[in-house]
Amino acid sequence: MEKKIGLYVCSGCSIGESINVEKLATIGKNAMKVPVVKTHAAFCGKEGVELIKNDVATEGVNTLVIAACSPRVKFEEFDFPGCIVERVPVRELAVWTQVPQSKDAQMAAEDYTRMGVTKVQKGALPEPYQMETSKDILVIGGGVTGMTAALEVANAGYQVYLVEKEAQLGGFMNKLYKQIPTDGMYRKPLIVDVDISKKVKDVESHKNIKVFKSSKVEKTEGMPGALDITISTNGSSETVKAGAVILAAGWRPYDATKLEHLGYGKFKDVVTNVEFEELSRKGKILRPSDGKEAKKVAFIQCAGQRDPNHLPYCSAMCCATSLKQALYVRQNPDATAMILYKDIRTPGRLEYYYKEAQNDPGVMLTKGDVTAVNDAGSGNLYVEMENSLFGPTAKVEADLVVLATGIVPVTADEPVLNLQYRQGPGLPDLDLFNGFADSNFICFQYETRRTGIYAAGAVRQPMNTTEAQEDAAGAALKAIQSVEHVAKGVAVHPRAWDLTFPDPFMTKCTACKRCTEECPFGAIDEDEKGTPFYKIGRCRRCGTCMGACPERIVSFKDFHVDMIGSMLKGVSVPSEEEQPRIIVLACENDAYPAVDTAAYNKQQIDPAVRFIQLRCMGSTNLVWIADAFSRGIDGMLLLGCKYGENYQCHFAKGSELASYRLGKVQETLDRLMLEADRVQMFQLAIDEYDKLPTMIKGFVDRVKQIGPNPYRTF
Amino acid sequence: MPDVSIDEAKHVLVIGGGFSGLTAAIDAAETGAHVTIVEKNPFLGGRVAQLNKYFPKLCPPVCGLELNFRRIRENPNIDFYTMAEVQSVSGGPGNYKVAVKVNPRYVNDHCVACNACAEACPSERSNEFNFGMDTTKAAFLPFNQAFPQKYVIDVAACKGDCMKACRDACKYDAINLDMKAETVSLSVGSIVVATGWNPYEAKKLEILNYGKVKNVITNMMMERLSAPNGPTKGSIVRPSDGKPVQSIAFVQCAGSRDENHLAFCSYICCMASLKQTLYLREQNADSKATVYYIDIRTPGKYEKFYWKVKEDPNVTFIKGKVANIFQAEGSDDVVVEAEDILGAGKIRATFDMVVLATGMEPAGASAKVPGVNYQEGFAVSGGGVYAAGCTKNPMDVAKSVQDATGAAHKALGQRR
Repeated sequence: MEKKIGLYVCSGCSIGESINVEKLATIGKNAMKVPVVKTHAAFCGKEGVELIKNDVATEGVNTLVIAACSPRVKFEEFDFPGCIVERVPVRELAVWTQVPQSKDAQMAAEDYTRMGVTKVQKGALPEPYQMETSKDILVIGGGVTGMTAALEVANAGYQVYLVEKEAQLGGFMNKLYKQIPTDGMYRKPLIVDVDISKKVKDVESHKNIKVFKSSKVEKTEGMPGALDITISTNGSSETVKAGAVILAAGWRPYDATKLEHLGYGKFKDVVTNVEFEELSRKGKILRPSDGKEAKKVAFIQCAGQRDPNHLPYCSAMCCATSLKQALYVRQNPDATAMILYKDIRTPGRLEYYYKEAQNDPGVMLTKGDVTAVNDAGSGNLYVEMENSLFGPTAKVEADLVVLATGIVPVTADEPVLNLQYRQGPGLPDLDLFNGFADSNFICFQYETRRTGIYAAGAVRQPMNTTEAQEDAAGAALKAIQSVEHVAKGVAVHPRAWDLTFPDPFMTKCTACKRCTEECPFGAIDEDEKGTPFYKIGRCRRCGTCMGACPERIVSFKDFHVDMIGSMLKGVSVPSEEEQPRIIVLACENDAYPAVDTAAYNKQQIDPAVRFIQLRCMGSTNLVWIADAFSRGIDGMLLLGCKYGENYQCHFAKGSELASYRLGKVQETLDRLMLEADRVQMFQLAIDEYDKLPTMIKGFVDRVKQIGPNPYRTF
Repeated sequence: MPDVSIDEAKHVLVIGGGFSGLTAAIDAAETGAHVTIVEKNPFLGGRVAQLNKYFPKLCPPVCGLELNFRRIRENPNIDFYTMAEVQSVSGGPGNYKVAVKVNPRYVNDHCVACNACAEACPSERSNEFNFGMDTTKAAFLPFNQAFPQKYVIDVAACKGDCMKACRDACKYDAINLDMKAETVSLSVGSIVVATGWNPYEAKKLEILNYGKVKNVITNMMMERLSAPNGPTKGSIVRPSDGKPVQSIAFVQCAGSRDENHLAFCSYICCMASLKQTLYLREQNADSKATVYYIDIRTPGKYEKFYWKVKEDPNVTFIKGKVANIFQAEGSDDVVVEAEDILGAGKIRATFDMVVLATGMEPAGASAKVPGVNYQEGFAVSGGGVYAAGCTKNPMDVAKSVQDATGAAHKALGQRR
């Protein structure tokens, strides 16, 4: 596309009263050689928009720089399909946060206008990444979650491959005697039949679902849209092509042999909740030791869970399960059940179930800390407790003890996916989630660190079967959404519908592999010679690779190293020695919106700074620091999201990597004989706009203290 | 914008623009549908916009909201109406006709959020966003990070003799005090109802004396008090005299798990109170908190969050129902009388401030959306109507997101 740039400088919102708008227009026309330059009192109004639309239609203008307000407002008005649109926030950064009619405000407005024009001069309209794709979806796991996901996807019209490791579908539900009511109201009858066979039949007879039983995923190669999945069944393999994966591989029970102090392994009549379920299927509940019917069953909740020595989490389903199993016991009216708990966790409407179960006089519950299970001598057992409702110590006699043991996701044991990705076979960093294939984003529950791969059910989070079926529907949507996106050559969340993609200039690649290692999504593999290459379907377009590359070979059509480098080189450097100039690189997701909010609150920001927005702080390339200091800039500040265990970064590692790279910049600064304090990174959350002016002023003061950049006069 | 072919027959209506509604709408639109959101407030974001931080990460709600607003900005297949409510629904799955009433904002699209109208306005109103803990002018922006960034005029708060200073102050002709309600007709294939919840009215909890005793607030009020854009810019001070709070009590299950009020468990209040102890502890190193509970419900991975708070020696947990709350003799302090189930029987303690962890009452308990079925106040899915989020079941933000994603899938139905 041959670019024709139009610069539109607005004087509304007090911009015209605070700065000389004509001067911005003149800079655009003369210094920046923009062919079409217009000013108006309110470009967002009907007349202003028409003016721009007219230029697009009749003057051939296709690249618009609108020097007015923030890109976060007036988006409906400034919508020009087919054009490159760059919004320069003169109002926020040069008017609302500066002293009106001051030299500082004018300089800021001029700098931002120059930067905006430079940006579009260096950028281009992207074309989508086209490739042959498959819209078929692989579901790993044939339990209730996997089957539900498979049916949801298949009913929407997509082809599904369902891989199950056992010889039959159904998963753990095959072991259940009964289940709790499935209608969400949890009133009588309190135990209902399990009918997983209907779902199994629906799956096995569905024309869009191909089932592989006694099978495992041996290899997952390729990328979203073009995955080659090798499935092995009893020794033989078959490879299928798919576009996305739903990981619904489920869980296994916690190893109860580790619970010797609770009598498991020691006494035959101490069983797990899973074993108790199987026992109950026999009709009468018979003690393993002597085959007699159990009459006094004790349930020990949180067995090997909520415990730093075992599972540190809560498995979320065992309270309701024990209540259900207590009701199994009560099918014999002479038998009683005693539930020994730390907390009864029946959240939401499950509370109704708790209430109903409590109404049964043969179901008793008490809070307390269970310390041991010992022989009562009579063939029975004692459960010993402390701090219970019975007093500081107590002993409860039982003829059968059930340990409510927890859920361990299969991803804690093995990678399952067996990704042939250079970064490894499984989903990374699962120790953050105790092995569960979970998302670290409260607001985006299905985002894993592998694009196109979505987890659902108990492998993702501890949950019950009702929740697992609902979870399956969500994962089904995400899988379908992703195959549709990649088929159109666009990115998925968080840069949904981004048409750009990283395009490396391989001639200059030295195969240092920094990009390969730092990519949060494992989007880069390497060939036999060790040269990296992209699997674009895995890419989320954050630009971390662009920031990592010391040779600067990675670029996106509308975002690249030279673009940002040119922008900051175009920034004015004040002539007086006391006035510093500082560049602030701000992430566009959290840090820049905080700046916008501070501006709305009319908070004053030190005039020394110039903000440049980046897709992610991970795209920070250290050459910009060298560029900036050789230009005479006195300091650089990086503002990014919080990192660490509770990371906020939408691309997982961006701000952390920027911070880590800053550790390396020491070398560059030493070489330039510049002080380390001139470059710093601060973590800023989107709601910390109040702290922003002080944070900035603190940094500016520090730079003033150090003194001006010695290269300024060059 | 890529060439995403939109099947017009797949027009989805999402009723409710809170986090569930936004998630359902955006996920459906990005998968290939035209979506319309109908939201009754003048802003999108619903109840999460009133939260200070989320548990367990203690991260700001606006972070996720911002990303969702960006996806809306960039997606021409999503439109939304604020100040709007569904009046009627007719037809059936695949072919619903919906009438939406859009109430007048009295501010049009010219608004640039310059604040001139608010500065000129002589009338004040109780700020319901902050649960009445402060006021705004009658012309106001719902809150500083509101989206859309458009002011609104609460004409009911305008003084009778008002000279319309707002209109005169506005340089952009953005104020139209003659604006009328409009009706919009929509033809849609399916409906997602995500109308959320309301805090259970604490006034109904008679033994807890809310409203009669000073310095007894609700958990949502505590969120506003702690928020940087709240009535005190995040300083946790007590309402009666502005004294920084040193000692605080949390009364769990206030009106939940109670046959006389909400019989169900509201799911989030244990986590919310734990989170709120951290707000105070972070602000005031000498502060002390006591949590009166029946069961501490931090299911799944939230257990770690419970341990984090339990480790703090300044936080005490007492298992026992609170039986009475009253003002201390001659001061603004609050006395809490409770049963200590594991210990000494009936106990009393005095605090600077008490927070009632009130529950989530589904929106359907007070206002039913036409065309939607309800069961004991909870919306249920049926035909081409899919319930999502807290209007369906008490849930936290994480589960609302998961639920809404599933609802979007079901609303899209068969696609090939």
